[in-house]
Amino acid sequence: MSLGHYALRRLLVGVLQVLVVACAVFLLTEALPGDAAVALAGDNPDPARIEQIRRVMRLDLPLAERFWDWLAGLFRMDLGVSLVSQRPVAAFLADGLAPTLVLATLTLLVLVPLAVLLGVVAAVREGGPLDRAVTTVSVALHAIPEFAMAIVLVAVFGVRLRWLPPTAVGVGGDLLRHPAVLVLPLVVLLARPICSISRLVRAGMIEALDSDYVRHARRLGLSTGRVRLRHALPNAVAAAVPQLAHTTDWLLGGVIVVEAVFVIPGLGTALVDAVAARDLPVVQGLAVFFAVTTVLVNLVADVVGFRLSPRTEVVR
Amino acid sequence: MSVPHPARVVVRQPSRPPALSRRGFLGLAAAASAVALAGCAGGSDAAGPGQPRSGGRLRAAFAGGGAKEVLDPHMANLFVEASRSKAMFDKLADLGDDVSPVPRLAERWEPDAGLTRWRVVLRQATFHDGRPVRAADVLASYARILDPKRAFRAKSSLAVIDLANSRAVDDRTVEFALRRPFVEFPNVLAAFGAYVVPEGAEDFSRPVGSGPFSFVSFEPGRSLLLRRNPNYWEGAPHLDELEFLISNDESARVNALLGGQVEYAHDLTPTTARSYEHSDRLTVVRSPNSAMQAFAMKLDRPPFDNQDLREAMFLLVDRQQLVETTLSGAGQIGNDLFGKGYQYYADEIPQRARDLDRARALIRKAGAEGLRVKLDTSGAAAGFVEAASVFADQARQVGLQVEVAVGNKDSFWADTLNNGSLSSYRSGAMPIETHIAQRLLSASTTNVTKWARPEFDALYDKAVSTKDEAQRRQLYLEMQRAQHAEGGFLVWGFADWLVATAPRVGGVAKAPANTLDWARFDKVWLG
Repeated sequence: MSLGHYALRRLLVGVLQVLVVACAVFLLTEALPGDAAVALAGDNPDPARIEQIRRVMRLDLPLAERFWDWLAGLFRMDLGVSLVSQRPVAAFLADGLAPTLVLATLTLLVLVPLAVLLGVVAAVREGGPLDRAVTTVSVALHAIPEFAMAIVLVAVFGVRLRWLPPTAVGVGGDLLRHPAVLVLPLVVLLARPICSISRLVRAGMIEALDSDYVRHARRLGLSTGRVRLRHALPNAVAAAVPQLAHTTDWLLGGVIVVEAVFVIPGLGTALVDAVAARDLPVVQGLAVFFAVTTVLVNLVADVVGFRLSPRTEVVR
Repeated sequence: MSVPHPARVVVRQPSRPPALSRRGFLGLAAAASAVALAGCAGGSDAAGPGQPRSGGRLRAAFAGGGAKEVLDPHMANLFVEASRSKAMFDKLADLGDDVSPVPRLAERWEPDAGLTRWRVVLRQATFHDGRPVRAADVLASYARILDPKRAFRAKSSLAVIDLANSRAVDDRTVEFALRRPFVEFPNVLAAFGAYVVPEGAEDFSRPVGSGPFSFVSFEPGRSLLLRRNPNYWEGAPHLDELEFLISNDESARVNALLGGQVEYAHDLTPTTARSYEHSDRLTVVRSPNSAMQAFAMKLDRPPFDNQDLREAMFLLVDRQQLVETTLSGAGQIGNDLFGKGYQYYADEIPQRARDLDRARALIRKAGAEGLRVKLDTSGAAAGFVEAASVFADQARQVGLQVEVAVGNKDSFWADTLNNGSLSSYRSGAMPIETHIAQRLLSASTTNVTKWARPEFDALYDKAVSTKDEAQRRQLYLEMQRAQHAEGGFLVWGFADWLVATAPRVGGVAKAPANTLDWARFDKVWLG
């Protein structure tokens, strides 16, 4: 099967997956106790007022009817409007996407070269002091959850030493114009992926350097540098691509903990707010978006993996 | 529900954000920052804010609602929306520090002898676009709130108004017709969300109000920038600009304040307030009597249909311990009555003290030795579960087996309104009359204690149709005596409302949450 055919088939399956996710999220959100009316009514609510809000929000319509309306809108590329504010869901997505995208892109831009470099260096000097140091540090870093690291970094560098702004409050969506607020979140977002990806690159590199074709290339008299970069590296990186896809997907989902601690109004925050308000159309819109990015990122990863290392069997 | 629902506001936020465990992870954050600060804390009052000064931009961090946020003052629901509304709009009246109505856009009001027709004279005020505030704007605003096809919060409060028979006498005089005699009508004018907007206003993307600040720009879930209204009828604010910023996480709000990114952080936990009590990098402002903390016993079913058992509950509770543990000391003990410090509060009723011997005797008399009773609680409000566990321990000392049942926090209020016999409860500030109307009359829709007594209903009806204030005070006292002696609310405390400011911020009032001066910025200055 050609790559084109493969990609097309994967895309079609992807559309199906997105629809399944949308249905599942709709039913699961519906199954949560309380609805948008209850969430809005707050403490000690008058049951009559809850009923009134339900009517105004059209939550009194049957489940199937509401789902069908939403699905029909989806086919028209219309994600609907927020139950509470009546603002279009697409606007929420667009607002939340900018900060999330900035963070994800910057993280990946730093992550990929750094993790690959660390992995390669560690592999080339396998067993050496550098390799051991990289391994030790990355295992240690990997063991620290994001929220703990974020809290400690804010307390030390933001509050105590005052080297960096502790949060991104007041910056809004325009993170790039205030680079200082990005430093601590980037460190937190990088810590774990750098460990996992450099470890994978290291393992892939060691395996590649030990393989027949690299030995063959060496026998042909190619320079060490050329063998490592042109022949061993692509295979080593191919081994890390699925993990990189996973990381990208994680970043595009809006890392809720990081967004909360640093007050970055990205997609994660939008999701938390929408679920708290039981604002179903917004939750649905976000779910569809997350499903689409997951499908796309994984597809791209498979294609890239295939290109880097054509021997790799693509998963059907 | 009849009159304003400020309760909902006070009590909504502390349970957010739901996806993160605030007590676990965010509490840790506060502790970490506090440790980091330990070296810096001087404990002395350094340069204070000094005298009121004009100018500057104050940035205030509040929890927000993302998708939920709106600038329509009739739709306001969150704290941040309440604060924004009062910055941009005015009501005819609002609640003063003792939660009694004070005139705002209304210059004065005068009822007729039958208390069913009220003449309200408006002050000379203008909207931000220069148009005068007229009687027609008031009537249109109230008509919008009362629209049967909509569900604005102030609707039930305003339901006493017979709008069809109300009229504009002239541009600055409104005559309201009421459906029944109601001497506390000014409470209605002060109802949560009953703001006056220009006639015909429906689009609030660039709101025009008559308040102390005018609109500049808005990013939902992120920020709202406002500018001083130099023509404000009560005098222009000190600040040039006011910016509302959103940070849902309490420790992030405090960190932003410590990092100089904001000058005001709304809604702290008692733990944080205690950690920074002596810090010279921020000032903690406490507004006492902001949220009643209670347990609600249902009187219409066993076991609390037994008066002796209820009294035993009142006597076994260690109120001070509850305040110390679950509120970290940020509060005062209660006397089983709503509205400590508010107008008409019955201060003359002596504070109940703990008396375990008498409690045991009453339990014996009620035949309730070894009784097992379920206490419904949930994470619907900060401190609920903790207070319930502490109370269960206290009850055990007199042989009552109180079993704490942690329910779902999202449907807690609906679940406990009619089910179970004992539940956690709290309420924000509102006039005592409103509390009674909403919760203690036979026909009250949120009567969680099922207190339904015709003679009490009659007292209420008499009070709200009694023009003489001294007589009225006597009637409220009588109602409170009945509640205190035989009611179902075990009110163990009143929590302070906590905010933090940069040390150079002056003029932040200590008014109970939901009152006029709470979260109000036109009297605030940057020193």
